[in-house]
Amino acid sequence: MFQFTEEQIKRYARHIILPEVGGKGQEKLLKSKVLVIGAGGLGSPSIYYLAAAGVGTIGIVDFDVVDFSNLQRQILHNTERVGIPKVESARMTVEKLNPDVKVITYNTMINKSNIMDVIKDYDVVLDGTDNFPTRFLINDACYFMGKPLVSAAMLRFEGQISVFDFRDKEHSPCYRCLFPEPPPPGLVPSCQEAGILGSIGGIMGCIQATEAIKLLLGIGEPLVGKLLVMDALSMDFRKVKLRKDPGCPLCGNNPTIRELVEYEQVCDVHF
Amino acid sequence: MAVIVRVPTPLRRITNGQGEVQVSASTIRDAIDKLEEQFPGFKERLIDEKGELRRFVNLYLNDEDIRFLKGLDTELKEGDVLSIVPAIAGGHR
Repeated sequence: MFQFTEEQIKRYARHIILPEVGGKGQEKLLKSKVLVIGAGGLGSPSIYYLAAAGVGTIGIVDFDVVDFSNLQRQILHNTERVGIPKVESARMTVEKLNPDVKVITYNTMINKSNIMDVIKDYDVVLDGTDNFPTRFLINDACYFMGKPLVSAAMLRFEGQISVFDFRDKEHSPCYRCLFPEPPPPGLVPSCQEAGILGSIGGIMGCIQATEAIKLLLGIGEPLVGKLLVMDALSMDFRKVKLRKDPGCPLCGNNPTIRELVEYEQVCDVHF
Repeated sequence: MAVIVRVPTPLRRITNGQGEVQVSASTIRDAIDKLEEQFPGFKERLIDEKGELRRFVNLYLNDEDIRFLKGLDTELKEGDVLSIVPAIAGGHR
């Protein structure tokens, strides 16, 4: 039996009392490793709640530094930290919140040559990135490595989230079943110009953290084979079916993608 | 058949800000054509030059992806809800 300290018993009391978590579940969380790619609008709340929940190891990938324009939504960071790397700011916030959490930082842009090495030791991967090329890269890498991926995206007042559980590649759809390839430049807003209501990151990031914790604990029904679409203007949450596409270039019957591919970064708004 | 079409925020500038529009149509293709008459520019956001649905836009009839029904030729029934879900990427910067 895992030996919780007295402080840990108090800290996690509201988890331990839940029959779905209990002491065993809390122990599992403390022994779990979650990788969050992007310490921004989605990564901030997801990292915050994963840390509060006592996920023992949190890896954080981001190449950026904190900017004033981030602070409207990226709650891991603060005014004093403008100019310092986001991963360092994230580490400081997490360490102040929960000393049980070991933070591993990757102050780098995730790419074809480093992604496999970065994700290999983690139990679950969270995608909170802001561009299509990286989203496809993360999807493909998690597929090849058999890692469950919690993928969320947001824009303006909307959010989308799904779970691709590549521990069960036979059945789980992937991001390419949803969208086979990145949109051509100029047709979909993908970057900062489109605007985002800050609290949308809170909603979607918290759902990501919840799905990650469910996967780690093996409880409930994760959003596998479902896409949750949220429209905050009407506060409408809809779940639609996300089926495994037999024609998917990655996980379909005749896959054409057999190794990592890198797409060019584009940043434009016309949709 | 009167159906409800749910419009994502990036497309609402074409629908005069409306997040939900009603249209009377027999198939999904017919609904898109009728919406084009009402909101010029609507169709080209969804349909490519070959007349197919763009690959970074998904349409759901109620909760089912139309690719797993009869695509754009799927027939509509009274009260159906057609949702437009484009790929979005924002998250971190």
